[in-house]
Amino acid sequence: MNIFDRMMSLDRRWVFLSLAIVCVVTYLWDFSVPITISNEVKSIYDRFDSLQEGDMIYMSVDYDPNALAELHPTTYALAEMCFRKKVKIIFGTLSNLGQGMVDQVIRDIADSVSHDATYNGVFYKGREIVNGVDYVFLGYKPYPAMVIQAMGLDFRVPFPTDFYGTILDSIPIMKGTKNFDQCKMVIDMAAGNVAEMWITYGHGNYGVPLALAVTGVMGADMYPYLGSGQIFGLAAGLLGSAQIEKLCNNPGRAMDGMRIQLFAHILIIFFIVMGNVGFLATRNRNKMR
Amino acid sequence: MEWSTFLWTTLGAFLTLCTFSFLYKDNPFYKFAEHLVVGVSAGYFALVLWHQILIPNLFERLNDGDWYLLWINSSRFWYLIPAALGVMMWTRFSRKRSWISRWPIALYMGIAAGMAVPREMQARVIEQLWSAMRGIINWGNFFSLDATAGIASVIIFLGTLAALFYFFFSKEHTGPFKIVSNFGIWILMIGFGASFGYTVMGRISLFVQRIQVLNDWTIIAWEPGKGGFKLFWFLVFGVFIIWAVFEIVSFFNRRGKVPEA
Repeated sequence: MNIFDRMMSLDRRWVFLSLAIVCVVTYLWDFSVPITISNEVKSIYDRFDSLQEGDMIYMSVDYDPNALAELHPTTYALAEMCFRKKVKIIFGTLSNLGQGMVDQVIRDIADSVSHDATYNGVFYKGREIVNGVDYVFLGYKPYPAMVIQAMGLDFRVPFPTDFYGTILDSIPIMKGTKNFDQCKMVIDMAAGNVAEMWITYGHGNYGVPLALAVTGVMGADMYPYLGSGQIFGLAAGLLGSAQIEKLCNNPGRAMDGMRIQLFAHILIIFFIVMGNVGFLATRNRNKMR
Repeated sequence: MEWSTFLWTTLGAFLTLCTFSFLYKDNPFYKFAEHLVVGVSAGYFALVLWHQILIPNLFERLNDGDWYLLWINSSRFWYLIPAALGVMMWTRFSRKRSWISRWPIALYMGIAAGMAVPREMQARVIEQLWSAMRGIINWGNFFSLDATAGIASVIIFLGTLAALFYFFFSKEHTGPFKIVSNFGIWILMIGFGASFGYTVMGRISLFVQRIQVLNDWTIIAWEPGKGGFKLFWFLVFGVFIIWAVFEIVSFFNRRGKVPEA
């Protein structure tokens, strides 16, 4: 058995072990990698940056814990940016395990915003985030397409009460807020086909200005919607989250993870090249025989 | 650091290692983690459905009626219609009466199709067709200082046609048609490559986040003053690591034999 045969018959567990070693070693080795900002992510940040105190947005947290790694950093960075700028947020989720995600975001950001901070040279004094005044969390309802259509008519149709059981009409920020018309934009953090439902029913039916933050797996599929203008911004995967964190000047887990991504990708490319070289070499040898 | 934080973080770290152990081979630790996730998710979702959907959207809307009259005297008694349709779905469990469940399914399918067809056609076909053509219709793209937009529009337009032509089987792919078809394959491969690259990035991201969680755990676990709990969880990890070492030794002993699938 020569080296090419060994390449072709390499046990996949050696690949896993190599990847684990590279990732752990890179994580323990403290350095940073440059993060280039793409236009589609910059347009999300620019739209958030243009929001004024008292404006309202709808933030749809449509992911489960299995997509937390890629999408939580975006949710954290953008939610904190809004709370710092005193922009009101309507949180909702169309993912059945998404409620825990929103609850965690609200608790953590409320703690973070209670401290003074400076982002991009602007000083923000710490303040208390109040449920019903700074934000409302509508909770979860199944059948995303129908819920989006119903919210476009009136938030009260699918959500008579918020997540905590309070009637929507008795919540201060919901007074005078009927549907998406009162929101400056909708941002959907999605892991699944909910993103396409927001495009079809949210933007298609009601023309809501829509931005998407999606998992890496979905990233390539969403670019056509960016080209057609159905979404105004797109942040895909951990890279998109890292760009958002960099633009918000709020480094978190996404920026921290990019150096591991770099070396993991180099290793994967190495294995792909190795596999192809082995394949071509053994094929040519078999042909010659 | 509170005890509860320590406990849950430790449990998370333990379950992470249990799950990753599947990369080596199937084992009882992985099975335990897998069944726990499925069980907890199903239980959690059932409670969410009850508290977030049935109570506010059905029972609270019927609460001015009497339960012993099956809320028929409620001022919003029409909410009983979707409730009845929901109950009809449960007849799926009876062989004799499962036909009843076809009624709510038919109604749901009808509504869903009626809602989806025009909107999906508009958002995912017509808008995309227009988007593919818009670039080449706009002459400004070609005669501006930066002509890359025009070139990109032509590539997208021709690429779309070529990729569609690849699936056109009424004409044999020979001569000039073969060139177009091959161009279509290249376009499709570039698309699949982009998707694959993003997928790899996504999968590595999940692993990166788990490394970060494990790192958090090591910081918490080594915090002084954890006493008994710390000892307990270290024992659990000890069992896990002993098993892992045992498997690694067995693996090296089996070297030369055909690896397990």
